[in-house]
Amino acid sequence: MTEPIEEVQDSVQRVARGEAFLDVRDLKVHFPTDDGVVKSVDGISFKLERGKTLGIVGESGSGKSVTSLSIMGLHPPGVARISGEIFLDGQDLVQASREEVRLLRGKRMAMIFQDPLSAMHPFYTVGHQIIEAYRVHNKVSKQVAKKHAIEMLDRVGIPQPDRRVDSYPHQFSGGMRQRAMIAMALSCDPDLLIADEPTTALDVTVQAQILDLIRDLQREFNSAVIIITHDLGVVAELADDIQVMYAGRAAEYGTAEEIFDEPQHPYTWGLLGSMPRIDRERSERLIPIKGTPPSLINVPTGCAFNPRCNYAHLNGGASETDRPELLDTGNGHMVACHLSPQNRQQAWETDIKPKL
Amino acid sequence: MTTTDAESTPAVPKIGEEILSVTSLVKHFPIRKGVLQRQVGAVQAVDGLTFNVTRGETLSLVGESGCGKTTTGRLLTRLLEPTSGEIVFEGRDISHLREGQMRPLRRDVQMIFQDPYGSLNPRHTVGKIVGAPFKLQHVKTEHGVKKAVQELLELVGLSPEHYNRYPHEFSGGQRQRIGIARTLALRPKLIVADEPVSALDVSIQAQVVNLLEDLQEEFDLTYVMIAHDLSVVRHVSDRVAVMYLGKIVELADRVDLYEKPMHPYTVALLSAVPVPDTKRKAKQERIRLQGDVPSPINPPPACRFHTRCWKAQDICKAVEPPLVELAPGHQTACHFPENQGTETPAAAVDQAKS
Amino acid sequence: MLAYLIRRLIGAVVLLFIVTAVTFSIFFLVPRVGGATADDLASRYVGRSVGKEQIHQTAERLGFTDPLYVQYGRFVKGLVVGTDYNYGPSTEHCPPPCFGYSFLTQTPVWPDLVARIPVTASLAGGAAFIWLVTGVGTGVISALRRGSVLDRSLMSVALAGVSLPIFFTGLLSLSIFSYGLGWTAQGGTNPLDETNPIWWAYDLILPWTTLAFLYAAAYARLTRAGMLETMNEDYVRTARAKGLTERDVVLRHGLRSALTPILTIFGLDLGLLMGGAILTETTFSLPGIGQYAVIALRANDLPKVLGVTLVAAFFIVLANLIVDLLYAVVDPRVRIS
Repeated sequence: MTEPIEEVQDSVQRVARGEAFLDVRDLKVHFPTDDGVVKSVDGISFKLERGKTLGIVGESGSGKSVTSLSIMGLHPPGVARISGEIFLDGQDLVQASREEVRLLRGKRMAMIFQDPLSAMHPFYTVGHQIIEAYRVHNKVSKQVAKKHAIEMLDRVGIPQPDRRVDSYPHQFSGGMRQRAMIAMALSCDPDLLIADEPTTALDVTVQAQILDLIRDLQREFNSAVIIITHDLGVVAELADDIQVMYAGRAAEYGTAEEIFDEPQHPYTWGLLGSMPRIDRERSERLIPIKGTPPSLINVPTGCAFNPRCNYAHLNGGASETDRPELLDTGNGHMVACHLSPQNRQQAWETDIKPKL
Repeated sequence: MTTTDAESTPAVPKIGEEILSVTSLVKHFPIRKGVLQRQVGAVQAVDGLTFNVTRGETLSLVGESGCGKTTTGRLLTRLLEPTSGEIVFEGRDISHLREGQMRPLRRDVQMIFQDPYGSLNPRHTVGKIVGAPFKLQHVKTEHGVKKAVQELLELVGLSPEHYNRYPHEFSGGQRQRIGIARTLALRPKLIVADEPVSALDVSIQAQVVNLLEDLQEEFDLTYVMIAHDLSVVRHVSDRVAVMYLGKIVELADRVDLYEKPMHPYTVALLSAVPVPDTKRKAKQERIRLQGDVPSPINPPPACRFHTRCWKAQDICKAVEPPLVELAPGHQTACHFPENQGTETPAAAVDQAKS
Repeated sequence: MLAYLIRRLIGAVVLLFIVTAVTFSIFFLVPRVGGATADDLASRYVGRSVGKEQIHQTAERLGFTDPLYVQYGRFVKGLVVGTDYNYGPSTEHCPPPCFGYSFLTQTPVWPDLVARIPVTASLAGGAAFIWLVTGVGTGVISALRRGSVLDRSLMSVALAGVSLPIFFTGLLSLSIFSYGLGWTAQGGTNPLDETNPIWWAYDLILPWTTLAFLYAAAYARLTRAGMLETMNEDYVRTARAKGLTERDVVLRHGLRSALTPILTIFGLDLGLLMGGAILTETTFSLPGIGQYAVIALRANDLPKVLGVTLVAAFFIVLANLIVDLLYAVVDPRVRIS
């Protein structure tokens, strides 16, 4: 797709300024409630280029979905307090007007959701919903849009797309619905695709198909992809870089290889230890993380993970008082942890690695 | 009945004794249509299952949506009545017992549900929820119901002070613990657990899995685990039954099933599990099944997997393969099973790819 | 779908049959059980000074002495093919659909009803249009501005609307707009034809708004609740994620779903009103079904009351049927299963 000259110039200037295609800086999303301020996202930063995939991993309440909704500008006005910067190809989405962000939604950035059955309107045909998405941003006739919808359905691997275009979502199987959602999201050829738990509601054999499809389409469209999931296996399939989130902040950030081969944060260790592995010798016992995730209204002081961390006592009380910053350990692998490099290395080599 | 491998089996004295035996179990849900609401078909949710469960073991039923695993669980606990077939629990045929006759049995067979939110009454305190089974079964407790409930709460890792709290005050993992405490109240012999950890966060999942294992050891429990997560199933099970469209396609010891799967569906299922290892991404050694699971209303004839199977021949569309023991303790229903004789799993995968 | 339609139609006919049986029993069986004889029933239709013999003859002539099932059979036969009523010296023919014959006014009931249905239909239809537009509109605005001053004031007005009875709001508005300001008619109605739609509306504007106020209030609350629910649905988030304008998100995605349950209630309300808006018609002196029912009840004119009841039941059953079919049009999931 050839870009208008203006956009190309924007991109050139952006690169000159050293900004990534998607550049999130110190993003905070707070929700004031009667019980207190819910700090769903409390200062996260990451960069993502076209053609690359970022995996955001975390448990429920870690802020991973809230992050993606704020990039898309989907938090209702007045409900969320958003600060920080989100640059999409040089344009700050936090400062942009609602109308400007709306015109970008669906066109330059698109999203697919966890449960494709509830994410599609039950009263409209699949084709109607794709046509609608296409015609918001493209001034074309319904016939042209329908032809495009059929092409998109064909592209995502739906058999007999000219017939299925007139089906309703409930007439599709789960996998087909998610394919249709992907077709809808990609109908305007977006530069950024956010997939929020795209396969969690699907069967494992269908999940594998959808992951393959997302990977293939990303290569074809050269878009930037953010995949949000709780499943470390899913990010390993797709992601180039991974951000591990805990209680609204990044615990660890690195390439997929770094995160899986040499994880640095005790929380990442905990996640890897808690999940049974089909590709390894069966361990006698899983190593769970003790305790439960914190309330986002009363996040523990210091390191938010300290009440659940087995190594918090090694830091001379810093874990309970100082919030660790996300710091580079070398080569861009970043971790927010008070453990000294020696202690961390030792814990990883002796306690964790042998048990994974 | 073969015993399970020594690696994982806890030392249960009565091991080997059969506690539950299921023969040709069928459950069809009729579909009615037309002016007169005649039956025009049936959802063949469960269509001829035969297996048995040994005391102290964990048997898992795995499969994708529509395979009938949840219906099977509901049949075993007799929340549903089978269309035909036999369920024998401790030597007694319970297939068609009426509600009143089932009552004593409800003490011995309990169920854990997937949704820790939906299965607890939000208006009742934890004490009332966990104590309910005592009241319903008129069980006398030595030091009163309250003491018994508090002991149960401690057993599942909750504090006895939680007695007067309400379910909404707890996290998902804690709610599942409450559900487990209620299940344990009457010291059941068999627990059917329907996706007990799939609604929980990863870190909490491990806590609950470990709890279930500890309780099994302590009380000689027998589990029938219903799950779709093959990694969790591998961790908790002694034996695994893979289901597809209402039938068992493969039933084997855990180690055999995961290391030498024979049914192509099992092979595909295992190969589809995403693993947290970036090196595997590069290899691309996958078997990708085409399409979705067909509808259980009109399942494909003969071998139900033939529409998605890369090995299917004409015979698969004409003759249904019986579930037979191809290796000791390893039953498979396939005309062209994998991993027989010298074949290694890797070779099978390569062959499947070409 | 066709099978579904046929099944529903058969159901509707059976239901109407049951309704006739039950209503007939209420009017003719219950007095018998209560101890009234055929002669007691007949005594109302003769002069005060006549003797017992004459009363008994009247009872026989009117068929009150026949067993009840014979009387019911005659009634149903009248509905389907018409019947003859032997009244005094002459025999009156009552053509189908014969809803009975009033012995008091010596007229068949059906022509009376036919004359009054347009009035009630005018009232109900006009009011329904107003309350649907204002009620749903208010509900949508309230839901979108949830918690705002606007929302709270609109919902307070709506609460008043639900609570205040028609005869209060009706008389109040009559005294202000009609007697006080002289803007509107003081009651009564002109039939609608091509020459006078303005007068028709002029006469009815006050009854319409009064009646609509009551319903609009309920619909506003219902719509608000529905909108609050659907606007939180995943598919509304998807619609926003596509970049649709907020207007399209609200109307085409949110409201579309929120309207489905309202459609159900709307059909039933309209069906119910077609059987007569008794309070409104009485307050504004509109010669509709409701007013007819009141007059018949006061005179204890059983055949008329029976006729009104049947008409009302017919409209409700009809409305139910239409609503169910509309549901299938609106929601494709119903259509398939």
